[in-house]
This record gives sequence, C-alpha cells and structure tokens, in this order.
Amino acid sequence: MTDMQTIYLLIPLLPLVAATIVGLFGRMLPRAAAHWLTIAGVAGAFALSVVVFNDVLQGRVFNGTVYTWLTSGDTSFEVGFLIDRLTAVMMLVVTFVSLMVHVYTIGYMAEDPGYSRFFSYISLFTFSMLMLVMSNNFMQLFFGWEAVGLVSYLLIGFWYTRPTAIYANLKAFLVNRVGDFGFLLGIAMVLYFFGSLDYAAVFSIAPQFADATVSIIPNTEWSLLTVICILLFIGAMGKSAQVPLHVWLPDSMEGPTPISALIHAATMVTAGIFMVARMSPLFEMSTTALSTVMVIGAITALFMGFLGIIQNDIKRVVAYSTLSQLGYMTVALGASAYSVAIFHLMTHAFFKALLFLAAGSVIMGMHHDQDIRNMGGLRKYMKITWITSLIGSLALIGTPLLSGFYSKDSIIEAVKLSHIPGSGFAYFAVLAGVFVTAFYSFRMYFLVFHGKERWMEKTAHAHDHHDAHADDDHDEHHHGLGPHDKPHESPWVVTLPLIALAIPSLVIGYIAIGPMLFGNFFDGVIFVDTEAHPVMHELAHHFHGAGAMALHALTSLPFIFALAGVVLSWFFYMKRPDIPAAIQKRCGWLYRLMENKYGFDTFNEKVFAGGSRFLGGKLWGIGDVKWIDGYLVNGTARLIGRISGIIRHLQSGLIYHYAFAMIIGVFLLLSLFMKV
Amino acid sequence: MDWPILSLSIWVPIFAGVLVLCTGGDQNARLARWLALFGSIAAFLVTLPLYTHFNMMDGGFQFQEGHRWITSFNINYHLGVDGLAVPLIILTSFTTVIVVIAGWEVIEKRVAQYMAAFLIMSGLMIGVFAALDAILYYMFWEAMLIPMFLVIGIWGGPNRVYATIKFFLYTFIGSLLMLVAFIYLYHQSNSFELVDYYQLPLSFKAQILIFLAFFMAFAVKVPMWPVHTWLPDAHVEAPTGGSVVLAAIALKLGGYSFLRFAMPIAPDAAHYLSGFMITLSLIAVVYIALVALVQKDMKKLIAYSSISHMGFVTLGFFIFNPLGMEGAIVQMISHGFVSSAMFLSVGVLYDRMHSRQIADYGGVVNTMPTFAAFAVLFGMANAGLPGTSGFVGEFMVILGALQANFWFAFLASTTLILGAAYTLWMVKRVFYGEIGNAHVAALKDLNRREFFILSVLAVLVIGFGVYPHPITEMTHATVNNLLAHMAQSKLL
Repeated sequence: MTDMQTIYLLIPLLPLVAATIVGLFGRMLPRAAAHWLTIAGVAGAFALSVVVFNDVLQGRVFNGTVYTWLTSGDTSFEVGFLIDRLTAVMMLVVTFVSLMVHVYTIGYMAEDPGYSRFFSYISLFTFSMLMLVMSNNFMQLFFGWEAVGLVSYLLIGFWYTRPTAIYANLKAFLVNRVGDFGFLLGIAMVLYFFGSLDYAAVFSIAPQFADATVSIIPNTEWSLLTVICILLFIGAMGKSAQVPLHVWLPDSMEGPTPISALIHAATMVTAGIFMVARMSPLFEMSTTALSTVMVIGAITALFMGFLGIIQNDIKRVVAYSTLSQLGYMTVALGASAYSVAIFHLMTHAFFKALLFLAAGSVIMGMHHDQDIRNMGGLRKYMKITWITSLIGSLALIGTPLLSGFYSKDSIIEAVKLSHIPGSGFAYFAVLAGVFVTAFYSFRMYFLVFHGKERWMEKTAHAHDHHDAHADDDHDEHHHGLGPHDKPHESPWVVTLPLIALAIPSLVIGYIAIGPMLFGNFFDGVIFVDTEAHPVMHELAHHFHGAGAMALHALTSLPFIFALAGVVLSWFFYMKRPDIPAAIQKRCGWLYRLMENKYGFDTFNEKVFAGGSRFLGGKLWGIGDVKWIDGYLVNGTARLIGRISGIIRHLQSGLIYHYAFAMIIGVFLLLSLFMKV
Repeated sequence: MDWPILSLSIWVPIFAGVLVLCTGGDQNARLARWLALFGSIAAFLVTLPLYTHFNMMDGGFQFQEGHRWITSFNINYHLGVDGLAVPLIILTSFTTVIVVIAGWEVIEKRVAQYMAAFLIMSGLMIGVFAALDAILYYMFWEAMLIPMFLVIGIWGGPNRVYATIKFFLYTFIGSLLMLVAFIYLYHQSNSFELVDYYQLPLSFKAQILIFLAFFMAFAVKVPMWPVHTWLPDAHVEAPTGGSVVLAAIALKLGGYSFLRFAMPIAPDAAHYLSGFMITLSLIAVVYIALVALVQKDMKKLIAYSSISHMGFVTLGFFIFNPLGMEGAIVQMISHGFVSSAMFLSVGVLYDRMHSRQIADYGGVVNTMPTFAAFAVLFGMANAGLPGTSGFVGEFMVILGALQANFWFAFLASTTLILGAAYTLWMVKRVFYGEIGNAHVAALKDLNRREFFILSVLAVLVIGFGVYPHPITEMTHATVNNLLAHMAQSKLL
C-alpha cells in the first residue's frame, strides 16, 4: 500500500474510529473527551483531504479496490475508492463543514444530556458521507447513501421524547426509502445490462447501449439509458429532497441545529446532486432523463421558495431555502452543467451551513425561541451573528462578487442557453426564484436583526407553530426569553465557525469559478456530450473572468430581481408591516394552500400511510384471519369434527347394532356374488 | 481428518441433552443450566471443523460418513454436507448456545427438561441438514417436531394448546406427502440415497407430482403464503427460546430442503412451476409486509416480518441465477441472526413487563438506553440497512430478480419501504417518546447476560454486513453445481 492509499483509507476511518469509541464508551468518558476525540478524527480527515486535494490537482487519479465484499456467480462486489477531482472537492467540503459543525456543537449542545451521543453520531455521519463520495462503485455508493440516511434518522430523532421529532425521523427515513426503491432498481438495471457495478467499467460499456431499448411494460419500448437514469434520479430526488419526495426535509428541522447545517443543508442532501454529476456519462446519453431532471429541479426551486415566504420558524425559512437551492442545483444538472451544479453545491455548503449555524446562534441567544416574529433588533446584541448572517444572506441571494452569485448566475445562464425540452419553464422558474429567494431571505434577516425588539411583547405569537405536529411541543427546548431577559451573543466556539464559514462564503466563488467551470478542472471526471448539449461550451464563450462577470451582472435581470426582492421585503416588513397582513387576509385561500405546503403531507398521510394501513388491516382481517385460518384451517378442523360427529353414531357400542350391520353386510355381499 | 465430524455434530448435543435430562427435577436446576451450557458450547465447537476444514472449491458432498442401517430396504446412515448445509449447521449449533444463555434464569420451571429439549432439537436439526439418505432425513425432520411441540406446549403462553396443535398438524400433514414421494422414488430407483435420486430420470408428470408433494412439506415449513398462519400463533405462544429456534433455524429447514430435494430431484418441474413459486414468494413479500404493518403484538409483527423475509429466500431460489440463489442462502443465514436478535429483544421486554403489546410500551429508551441502541440496530438490520447482514441477501436477490423480470424486482423492492415502515414504526412506538406508563418508568436496563448475547449478535449482524464474503465463499461452488445440475433436463 502506498502512502496515498493509506491516506485514502485513513480519511473515512478516523471519524469512524472516533465515532465508535465515543459511541460505545461515551458514558464512561468525560464530556470533553467526547468532543476532543471526534474533533481530532474529523480534523485529521480534513487535513488529509487537503493533502489529497493537492495530490489530485497534480492530475493524479486513484481507482482501486480495498477488499472484496462478496462474489456471486461471475459478479464481484467490491469496496473501493475512486479519488478524482470531483471526489476531492466533496471530501474537502464534507470534512470542512463537518469540522466547523463539530466545534460549533461544543457550544450549542453544551447543556444537552446526550452530548457524547451527538458527537458520536456526527462523526459517524462524516464517515458515511465520505464512504459515499469516495466510492468507486454503485454498491458502496448505496451503502453510503443509506448510512447517511440512518444517521439522519438518528439525529432528527435525537430528542427522542419529542413526538414531533420521532414523527419527523420516521417520515424522513421512509420517504428516503421511496427514493432508494427507485435507486436500487436503477442499480439492478445497471448490473444486469452493463455486467458490473464498477463506475469505470459501467461508463466504458454504457455507450454501446446508447440505442438499446427495454420493454418493461409489454409492447412498449423505452430507451434503456432513460429508464436507468430516471430510476437513479428517483434516488436523488429522495436524498436531495426534490418534489414530490421533498416532504421530509422541512420536518427534519426537528433535529438539533448543528445537524440541520451539516446534514440537511451542506452535505447529505447534496448527495443526489453529487451522484448525478458522477453519473454524467450515463445522463448525457438521455435527453429525456435530463429534461425530467430539469423540470423537477425547476418546480422545486420555485415552489419551495414560495413556501419560504410564509414560514415563521427561523429554521424552516432556511430549510425551504435549502429545498429551493437544491432545485437550482438539479436544474443545472438537467442543463448538462454538472460542474456548475457541483460549484453551487460547494458555495451553498458554505453559505447555507453558515446561515443555519447563525440561525442556531440566534436560537441560543433567544433561549430556544425559534419564531422570527418574536425577534427583531438582534443586531445590537449579537454582532458577529448579525454580520455573518448578513454575509450568508447576501451570498444566498446572489450579490455580485460573493460566492452564491457566481454559482447561481452560472446556473441561470446555463439554463438560458439550454434547449432541451423544459428549459423554457426552467429558465422562468430559476429567474423568478431569484426574486423569491431575495424576498424570503431578507424578510427573515430584517425581522430577526432589525426593527423593533419584539421579544418583550411576544405573548401574542408564543408557540404559534405552523406545523400541526408541533402543537404539543412545549418542552424545555422552546421556552424563549422572559420579559426582562436580553438576547446575548454566543460563545466563541459558536462564533468561530460562523466566521470560518463566512470567509469562503465571501470569496470562494470569485476564486473557483474560473478553474472549476471553465478550466480543465473536471476533465475526465465529468463528461458532457458537447454536440448534443453545448451549454457549458457556449457559457465559456461568455466568460471573461470573475471580475468582469460581476460587473456585467449589475445590469442583468437576476441582479435586478434580487434587488427588487430585498427592497420589497424591506418595504413590507420594516416600513409597512400592514401590507403583508392585508395580503394574507385578502388571499386566504392561497395562504392556506401554502400553509398546507400544497397538501403533499395530507395526501401522503391519507393515501400512502393510511392506504397501507387500511390494506394491511384488510389483508390480515379478511385474508389471514377469515379465509385462511377461519375457512381453511379451522374450517377443515370443523369439517372433520362434524363428519366424525356423524360417523361416531355408527359406533354406538350396542351389540345388536353391530349384528344388524353384519347381517346387512352379508346379505349385500351375497346378493352381489349371486348375481355373477 | 478421520473424526466423524458430522456424527459428532448430531450426537454430541443429543447426548448432552440426555445428560441434562438426567439431572431430574428443579432442585438441580443450577447443575442443569451449567451442564446445558457446556454441552451446547461443546456441540458448537465440534461443528467448527466443518468450516475450517471445508474445501471451498468442491461443490459436492464433504465429510461423508456411510454405514449400512436397514439393509432390507437399502436404508443407510449416510451423512454429508456441502456449502449449503455447513453454514446452516454452524448457525444451528451457535443458536443453541444463545438459546441456553437466553433461558438462563428466565426459565424457572422444569429447567433441565427445557434445556434438554433445545439440545436434542439442535442435534436433530443438524441431522436434517446432514442426512443424505431420504429415510434418515425424514426421521430427523419429523423427530425435531417433538421437542419443539413440547417447548411450545409446556413453556408457552396461555393459548399454547391451539398453537401447538396447529403447528403440529400443519407441518405433519405436509410431511406425510413427502414420505409418499420418497416411497415412490424408492420404487423407481430401489434406493433411498439422495445422490441416486439426483441422477434418476423421471417423467414430467412424475416430476410435477413429486415436486408438489415436496412443496406441501417444505412450503409449510418456510412458511410460504398461504400456508403460513401457523407461524404467528406458534411464535406468540412460544417462549423466547422457542421463537428464536423457530425463526432462526426451523424455518430454514424448509428453504434448505427445497434446494436439497425438490429442485434437484425434479428440475423440470421446478422450472415449469417457477412462475407459481415466484408468485407465492412475491405475495409473501408484499402481502405479509402489509399485514405486519397493522400488528399490535410485537412477536406477531416479527413473525410476519419473518414470513416476508422468507419470501426473498424462495424468490431467490426460483429465479435460477447465482445471485438469486446465493442471495437466498445469505438471507437465510442473516435472518437467523436478525430474527434471533429481534425475538430476544422482545423477550427482554416480556421478561420485565409480561406484555407483548406495542401499546403497553412507549419511551423505553428513557429507562433502557443501552437496550434501545441494540433494538434500533436490529430494527435497522431487519429493515435491510446496508452495513448489516439483513441487507446482503435482499440486495442480491433483488439484483438477481431483475435479471429474470423487472417486475419481480419491483415488487420485491417494496420491502425497502414496507420493511422499514413496519419495523421502525414499531421501534418508534415502543422505544421513542415520553415514558409511556409507570411500568416503563420502572424498567431496568440490560443485565450482563442479556448484554452479552445481544452484543454477540450485534457483532455478527454488522460483521456479515460489512464482510459477507465468508458465506458466499462457502456456497459458491455448491450453488454453481446445483444450477448446472438443474439446467439439465431429467425427463425420461
């Protein structure tokens, strides 16, 4: 094993070992040991990821097996690593955000009884996510895929006594399983047709199947690659929360805020984006699949953004924002701008983790009150949180020169240049989305950090949650500020990660856009069929450096839309708060529709959950109990009982009965023989 | 190696069982327990050479032993194992150790008899896996019903009489048809040797009839839909140890026997009826999973979950490809660990609260955090999470099923959703939330004995999830042999 191979192995193993030790012996260790061990593990993984990143920058790629998982027939399933530039970017993002979240957790979870358990979980998550991105085959990808789902389940339900939390984690797991259902079928198709689960082998053989068709429903012929890509994308829809499998993500906010930042904003939910980018050689062969991807992404980007406007829970605003941004990334994938999607994934990881952690800091400052209507004027009390939040929000809405601008503007430009079916709608959606994003982001920003200090008079809105399941949620995590308390800035372990995340949120876009999108950074990793989908090629023509791009943007539509969003939110929520209230009253039906999140939850609860329970009950009650047991099993027993009950009378025990029967018998036999 | 390993594997636990019986009444309970423990460990150790000395390259029968027994009917004491039987034998002897420890202080009445029943049953079941003579096999097959019948009937719950009679009649009626098939085969070949049956050409009609006769015996045991209703009743009434053996091993006798008898003896019939078998398997996977969803009794839920998982085993067999068949075998082994762990977990709760109703619990994690961690792990394994052994078999069977037909894989994959739904919903209602009632508040976490057995199972569940290679390494040659054999027609 070379040094580099040892490093590859160490990167996931360090967090795993730390997680295992803290998980198994957490209660015997002092609290400080829990965070030092796991932080050491993740810091080690981060440092080594930097080494790996520098190594791949030299142009080196590693693709090798660690061990054979199992062999069956001629198929061998292996655990192995593929370390290329895409992997290296993901490793950096994952380990860096994870490290920040680890540090932040020291402050955020300081008083929680599950302190060491929490650290064990987030380190386990880091391991799982690393296994996912470092995989060189579909089997291990699926392992990482489900393992992050497991940790997400454990963390959403971290406060296991809260009914909303344990409802949300079950829901998250099951909805993800719906996605995995498609994903697994896609993997099975890949193995069947391409004969391997190894990425390199699959990608090299797939072009031979470019025109192949399958007939899944008799008498219909579908393109094989379209079917495979859409099945795989169903998996991505689950994990990356695309409509209609998005329903779990807003509820996942029941988990502690650090994991909302790490798992449900920066890393795990982007696994689907990563996966599609990784599969670019397959998706490039199916324009139908790309169109599907684009339309789904566009719907998510716009309609989930709308829901961000009416949320009053600070975390839910950020959650809907995440949904919408994931939609943007998905749209980019659909436009064959995979590198742009990964670029936005990276910038988003920084500024969205920042926004979540800042929201967490606000929640701490507000003594665990999450309702933005009870906040206001916090900038006086929480200076660092305020400034970093502003940076995050500005990055999110695409302020020129900031990271989010470069990635989001590139997505919009890419969609504009795309000509596949659905791109018109997608362009409209992402453009409108810019306005919506700016509006809800700054609505939250103004309500939290500016204006009147409303926590003094908060009785009106106290505990007015919008989630029906949150109504009974009055435990210690939601007590809020007393009338004479003042919000306070969080300790340094909390603010340090904010600052550390604010820096890349500011500058990473400017630095990275040139090489990542238009250089040869992703050569040989991401494959684009330039003839069929020339988007990136054309985009490169319009690109004349990061500075010029920012300057040019000042006159472009997205910038005007974003500015309009900010101004309007300022006008509505700072200047004339009566207007949104009036709109809410006038458009009650619309408000109710949005408050019900377009009815997805109700539908799922009634049709899928209720339907399965109903069906299960009927199959059990009628199938098992009534028919099989009632008629067949016990029925047979009863029948035998009844027959023998009749036959029993023959054996009366009376000699003359038997004698009579014998005489009759002899008579019958004789007459039978006499005849012959 | 001249030791008769297989004979030892069969007779050591039976001998130990008889020895335990000799300790008599409950005044010697302590002695009976220790004797049973040593006996079961010895019985486990003697099976280990089957793994260490197994020739992985050889797909035929190894460790063969042959003695003439009833010469007038050409019945022999003929033992031998291949890559299919060895993992199941080791699973059996291992599970017996677990069961002995699990029953340690839980069983207070008729301790010696309880322990002896399991030891003897263990030997008899190993006999089923090792017998290569039809009559020898049949004797072991029927004999193991007796200790199981006693275990449920004596140490079982309130409705145990109904459950035992149902269990016995169900399995016994099926078995009789198997005996008829053996007698027919004897008339055709003048032999009870399994190997002779493999080479025996048979007409199509004869194959169909033989297959159906075997089907009646084995489908009940697996159990396949619709002859599965004995299992939930038996599980609910059985003591924890009985449930563990029932789920971990007794069910595997059915699956094993399909591969050992029904399919290779009547390969043309197996192919011809594969659509029928696959349909029943898929019904088991989907229908039973939905039924499991609405169960209110934990043991019943896990029993239904077992049936649903066994659907994967029969599905894997009848799609006739290596992935499916090896996946099915892995699924059998894995289910042995996972279902044992699940039933032991219910046992842990039942011993404390004497209720199996989900509604009687809630928030157990607050008082039993260590136990809850185990329960979530085993629940996840039951839901087929990658990284646990529960994933491996399902994954392989789904991949194999797709190669036969997309819709087989589609229906089988619903287990991803339904399996997670019924398992995790139960976990949620039992373990999570606020403390449900005063009884839950008074619960004490695992004792050392419980912690030990659950830890061992947890290590195995994760171990085989991360590295299942040792299992498939053993089964590889055997499965290839079997598939090659079944690819050839045996028609007259």
